[in-house]
Amino acid sequence: MSSRALRQPFSLRLTSNIFLALWCLIAAFPIFWIVVMSFKSPVDAFDSNALNVIFGPATLGGGKGLSLLDIVLGIAVIWATIVVATKTLPSMVKSYSGPGQEWFVWVIGALVVLVGFLLAFFVILPAILNVLNPWFGPLGRDVLGLTTEHYKTVWIDRGFSNNFKNSLIVTTGVVTVSLTVGTLAGYGLARSGSTLAFWILIVALVFRALPHSVLVAGYLPVFVNSAEWLAPILGENAPTLYGKPFAVIAVLVAINQPFTIWMLRSFFQNIPAELDEAARVDGCSHFQAFRRVIMPVMWPGVITTGLFSFLLAYNDFLVTALLLDAQNQTMVPAIVGMFNRETTTTDQVVAVAAAVSITAPLIFLVLIFQRQIVSGLTAGAVKG
Amino acid sequence: MNFRTFAAFVGPSVFMMLLFIAFPLVSVFKQSFYVTQPIYETVEKETCTPGFLTQTCVTEQVSQPMLDDHGEIITQTQYVGLQSYRNVLEPERAWRAISDGSWHVLSTINFWKALRFTLTFTLITLPLVVGCGLGIAILINNAAKTIRGPVIFVSLLPFIITPVIGVLSINWLFRGDGILTAMMEWWLNRDIALFAQAWTIELLMMLYRVWHVAPFAAIIFYAGLQTVNQDSLESAVIDGATRWQRLKYIVIPHLMPLIIFVAMIHLMDSYRVFEEIVGFSSQGYVISLQWLTFDYLTPDQAGNRSISRASANSMLTMIGVVILLILPLRRTWRDHKGGH
Repeated sequence: MSSRALRQPFSLRLTSNIFLALWCLIAAFPIFWIVVMSFKSPVDAFDSNALNVIFGPATLGGGKGLSLLDIVLGIAVIWATIVVATKTLPSMVKSYSGPGQEWFVWVIGALVVLVGFLLAFFVILPAILNVLNPWFGPLGRDVLGLTTEHYKTVWIDRGFSNNFKNSLIVTTGVVTVSLTVGTLAGYGLARSGSTLAFWILIVALVFRALPHSVLVAGYLPVFVNSAEWLAPILGENAPTLYGKPFAVIAVLVAINQPFTIWMLRSFFQNIPAELDEAARVDGCSHFQAFRRVIMPVMWPGVITTGLFSFLLAYNDFLVTALLLDAQNQTMVPAIVGMFNRETTTTDQVVAVAAAVSITAPLIFLVLIFQRQIVSGLTAGAVKG
Repeated sequence: MNFRTFAAFVGPSVFMMLLFIAFPLVSVFKQSFYVTQPIYETVEKETCTPGFLTQTCVTEQVSQPMLDDHGEIITQTQYVGLQSYRNVLEPERAWRAISDGSWHVLSTINFWKALRFTLTFTLITLPLVVGCGLGIAILINNAAKTIRGPVIFVSLLPFIITPVIGVLSINWLFRGDGILTAMMEWWLNRDIALFAQAWTIELLMMLYRVWHVAPFAAIIFYAGLQTVNQDSLESAVIDGATRWQRLKYIVIPHLMPLIIFVAMIHLMDSYRVFEEIVGFSSQGYVISLQWLTFDYLTPDQAGNRSISRASANSMLTMIGVVILLILPLRRTWRDHKGGH
């Protein structure tokens, strides 16, 4: 708003900013609240008084809490980590990496920072504080009730790590396969102006609107009986597809495919066609042009599409709940199971802790890839 | 690009879509006309209980599933025509209920109950999502450049969160004496039970959906706002247009394609409403079409899935999808024709 004619009066700007703050509060509050709840004893977590939930007197009464000193030092460690991750890490990566292997150095650097943070925060800090707290008198006394026992229950006693592993398998599979297949198709569709390409896109659009339960109704009988009809091809040890992660990967890739090819197509359309034409003039075949000229410049689009594929696989409830059996269950159905089955408040808080555990990676994802997510959302809209 | 190269590029994707989307559709269509059931046989069974002097024996007719050599239940699949559709729709009862004008009876039939909720949900959330999205986009656009990044970050959270978890987080705020229910009770000075009747649950579901989708709409509208022609805005100011008039005659027409896009995506997605039912565990009060299929597909206590009914219900759900898509598809088709 550079022009003077469009400048807004102060009152309007103030109202606008107040409403914006209100929206941010509404947007973040439920998520913030489950994070708070997950650290409290059941009595506190479901207290009807908001202040009791935040300060957790019952949790404190149970001997679990943080002193002011704990809080200050904890924030200091987190702050230091953020500074290292956003300032020191990028410059270190720049100075150490040769051309073409930047991502590898990035991965190593990120891992080092992560391990360092976990060590400092969960091992070194508690040890130091145990010594320091008694010395500081009132500053060292617990004021904020906080307990991590629910996380321990979820991850260790309830075998949530197993669900986590399954989720990891399914999401990795879906992202890799769906990008490989989708990139090729997206490129082909973007560069061919034929009626067939148009029809494929239209049919994909129709497929995108299908309720997923319709498709699962088609898979279930086939998957459950697959040992029978696969036997003639694969012989005695034909697998039952029902309950197998790789079957779910195939299903999710297919469900995701319409969206993937639309999105990648719009990204490829932004890459000038002259680029591969030039490569063709120099004697490349279509595949060579794709591999040598397009692949180096397509990564922003691929990363964005990969993010959305990841979200689809990670967030899915319907397909995984119906097609996987109990041993191979992923995280989302497992949490729903916990929530529906358990009746005591302790179990409810355990479910809350599980819910926070599954949300945390997503928040980091937005933190790191915010720009890609926004560009992905708008790319689809502006083109479609 | 010649056809063979094109086929090589697109082939794998098309193959997967055919195998995992088109083929299941056909098989669902077929399944909806067949029913697979165990074969039952009636056997005479003599049960004896020990008694004094002689045993007391009772002979009764028991119907039990036939077992094959391996001890597994023999099933048979038979063609039943439209029977599954009749089971889902219950046309006679529904028709009687409609002609009596008794809504209550109609809503005891799962399908009609689900259809009613799905349609209300879709139609009520649509204007709310577009309105809230537009509002948030304008607010973000008004804010100082430095805070836009963090604000967009916070706004993305409800959109990115796993839907079921999002619903649960809202649920935990309101369930029982959750803090927001407690706050409302304190404010209205009366007892409130939000999960004891259908309409409050529906309200919460719509609230959740708007919270979840409005950021998506907002981001798209915000991107659109960046390309509004500043010159025409300025000339409108010089011509004496108020803020409201500028919004109505310049900004909204400029955003119209995006509004249509968001509305389309939202219609498709909210017609599939499902996670809300699971997260609020509201199946006793409110169900949706997709949840109904899910329910038929979940094994019951005996471990049987009513595949046939699920298929019939799916096909009926599909009719809605087709109706939903006719308009945009006609438009795309016309654009495509015009483009040549």
